[in-house]
Amino acid sequence: MNSATLTAQPVASPHAHGGNSVTRTMFRVQMALVPATLYGFWLFGWPSFFLWLLTILSCLGFEALSLKMMGVTRIKRTLFDGSALLTGWLLAMTLPPWAPWWVAVVGGFIAIVIGKQVFGGVGQNVFNPAMVARVALLVSFPVPLTMWVSPLPLTSVAAPDFIDGLRIFLTSLPQPDAMASASLLGHTKTELSRGIDLFHSLAGEHAPALSWIGARSGSFGESASLLILAGGIYLIGVGIITWHAPLAVLAGLAIPAAIGHAVDPAHYLSVSAHLLSGAAMLGAFFIATDYVTSPNTAAGQIVFGLGIGFMTWVIRTWGGYPEGMAFAVLLMNALTPVIDRFIKPRILGRDRKGKPLDIPEGKEA
Amino acid sequence: MGFMNLFKHFLGDDWGVHPDDHKRPAADKPVRIMPVPHKLYLPLQQHLGGPARPTVLVGQKVKKGELIAEAQGMVSAPIHAPTSGTITAVTEITAPHPSGLTLPAIILEADGADEWCELQCCDDPFALPAVEIGKRVAAAGVVGLGGAAFPSAVKLTGALRAEVSTLVMNGGECEPYLSCDDRLMRDAAADIVDGIRIMLHATGAQVALVGIEDNKPEAIVAMQAAAAGFDAVQIRPVPARYPMGSEKQLIQVLTGREVPADGRAFDIGVVVHNVGTALAVRAAIRDGRPLISRLVTVNGNCMANPGNIEVRVGTLAEEVISFSGGLKGDGIGLARRVMGGPMMGMQIPHWRVPVVKGTSGILAFDTAEVAEQEPDPCIRCGSCVKACPMGLLPLEMSSRIRNEAYSEAIDLGLKDCIACGCCAYVCPSKIPLVQYFVHAKGELAAQDRAKLRTDATKKLALQRQDRLEREAREKAEANAKRKAEREAAAAAKAAAEAAAKVETQGESA
Repeated sequence: MNSATLTAQPVASPHAHGGNSVTRTMFRVQMALVPATLYGFWLFGWPSFFLWLLTILSCLGFEALSLKMMGVTRIKRTLFDGSALLTGWLLAMTLPPWAPWWVAVVGGFIAIVIGKQVFGGVGQNVFNPAMVARVALLVSFPVPLTMWVSPLPLTSVAAPDFIDGLRIFLTSLPQPDAMASASLLGHTKTELSRGIDLFHSLAGEHAPALSWIGARSGSFGESASLLILAGGIYLIGVGIITWHAPLAVLAGLAIPAAIGHAVDPAHYLSVSAHLLSGAAMLGAFFIATDYVTSPNTAAGQIVFGLGIGFMTWVIRTWGGYPEGMAFAVLLMNALTPVIDRFIKPRILGRDRKGKPLDIPEGKEA
Repeated sequence: MGFMNLFKHFLGDDWGVHPDDHKRPAADKPVRIMPVPHKLYLPLQQHLGGPARPTVLVGQKVKKGELIAEAQGMVSAPIHAPTSGTITAVTEITAPHPSGLTLPAIILEADGADEWCELQCCDDPFALPAVEIGKRVAAAGVVGLGGAAFPSAVKLTGALRAEVSTLVMNGGECEPYLSCDDRLMRDAAADIVDGIRIMLHATGAQVALVGIEDNKPEAIVAMQAAAAGFDAVQIRPVPARYPMGSEKQLIQVLTGREVPADGRAFDIGVVVHNVGTALAVRAAIRDGRPLISRLVTVNGNCMANPGNIEVRVGTLAEEVISFSGGLKGDGIGLARRVMGGPMMGMQIPHWRVPVVKGTSGILAFDTAEVAEQEPDPCIRCGSCVKACPMGLLPLEMSSRIRNEAYSEAIDLGLKDCIACGCCAYVCPSKIPLVQYFVHAKGELAAQDRAKLRTDATKKLALQRQDRLEREAREKAEANAKRKAEREAAAAAKAAAEAAAKVETQGESA
């Protein structure tokens, strides 16, 4: 099609529009993230706020830069469609809350430039940009990316104030030992490798029950699993996402986890530990439902979600990393075109393979 | 969204869209009858199929209902004079089409008498043979009044031949803004039911299922009351959902049957007609009146006084609007002029376009209603996939079409697209998806025509080559034959000479 037909005022119907827009969709997803984010700020203090802010700003900055370099004429409009902002936000949710400033900047660069713009910008990327950045950071800078801190609510005495928070964020000083901690998944993995089974490693502060209120160490956004879940349910309610992918992710993770735990509770974490720690909720409701990198059809999304959930469990259980959600998402992103190729909706008047339905006997007119 | 809808939503069985219907207050106002305008503009093509051929001369006086153009071809419909008057021209006028191109039309100047020609009435249509009803409906120029304007008689007689069992009556009127069918069902339910019974007789179908969307409770009540005495006519409320009035969707909802992709409704024993058409069929049979007027919805934010108006076919939209009360503020803020519904109607370039048999609405939209915006890139959200009532993948089809990979778009089901507009309606990036599909279908049609032309040329060239070869061969054969004859003659002569020589030698010996 030549460019003239693309830019010309459309004359074809429909002459009405439902009023949905990319910006509105992105805005609603961001709204859904607000409760978990605010809770994260409260839990991890000022450094986490600076991290969140800088990750988003760097994503927007790199987006603007890329658009300018590509000679896009509608920079402002594309920039404020909310997609880069959302990528930055989601990336920040997956980072350790006290990660230093350069993690945010490098992360923003990887997510936007390598994860999205080199593929051709919004709608063209094969992999989820936030997950690309998260994995690249984890593989390249394992130490700062696994530096977890114990939750230190803003109201507590020991919490760093604004200035201290800024200093922690900018200087990336080694954290005081008292604050350093391991995430539940990381802790159990380390202990299991030392030959200590789950009964012993989970005793005390790492009791899974703490997962329910989120008061434990982990990524900035993963702590508040239930608030993430609430955000996800809101998104389903307003029709931004459907239940297929999230439920499939959770099922894909929970079913093998339940079987494993039933067989050997000393070596396999329970279902609730799997679902409520790490990135399970965030991945299920906000990453696996990413429009661009997930299949088009409900059935395809179920396959996609089950794959993510199952692979997350496999990586968590036997892989080298304690958390596998990001890897699982990237693997299934790569399979999305294949899923879309094989799983298509049935066309009215045709069978699943696309052959026209038979005309009933004796009715040939 | 009711509980059932929510349940269906979770099952994924929620094709189509739920646009704001904007039907009220226009639907609740009584019908106004517009007086005959001074001039009527009657395009020769007001229906699907071949254009009609004028049977009148310029200057000729005609009476109301008199034939002025006859049907041409198998699928076509005649045109009758909507009022009495004089034919002033047979010329080109602006067509009801976004291109603003012209179309041949007859222009009739009214004489004000509005005097009927002689009509052939019929008191007992059920005594007439079914075929005769089809013939009379064809002669009355009745076409589908839902918008597509397919000649009704073709469907009636076709259904009779195909021995259909079910007549599906479309009272869905799923297009937002339009309420002419709603109004007809409220005001003339008894006549519509009578028309439906005549159509049952004409098609040989045993049962008529009248699908009416549940956003028209008054129409449902009126139709149920009118159909109370007739078991064969069943009123079936259906959920309000666009495009419920689309043939394949309505058949599936009412009968549970699915029209095969390469078949027609006849193939599964169904024929679909619009409720407005039933009224026109009744008028054609009982009163012998041809189709010369219709109910038109005038609506949209820019209309000062929306409502339903009975209009003679051929009246300019401009005059209908001024009769209805004009445009608000004389057209300030007018963003788009549309004929038909907002989902599948046509944008028209100006208001000097006539109402034709298929015109269900004249809509004047302001900028807020049209929501014009430059499209953003596709974010693959899949809204279009969920909305598509045919189960297609609009986003994939449009990306193929953008790359001119038309054959791939066909593999994805381009030809199954009914251009209902659901995909473009829900698209958050406001991509003009229907525009893509219409473009691709046009492109494919052009390719098909080009292929036919090259095939024909090729065939002619081959035939010419064959002929030349044959001629050359025949010539060569003739030459060879002549040569052989010559040689044979020469040989015979030589033999004779030799024999003669022998003889003379013998004689001399």
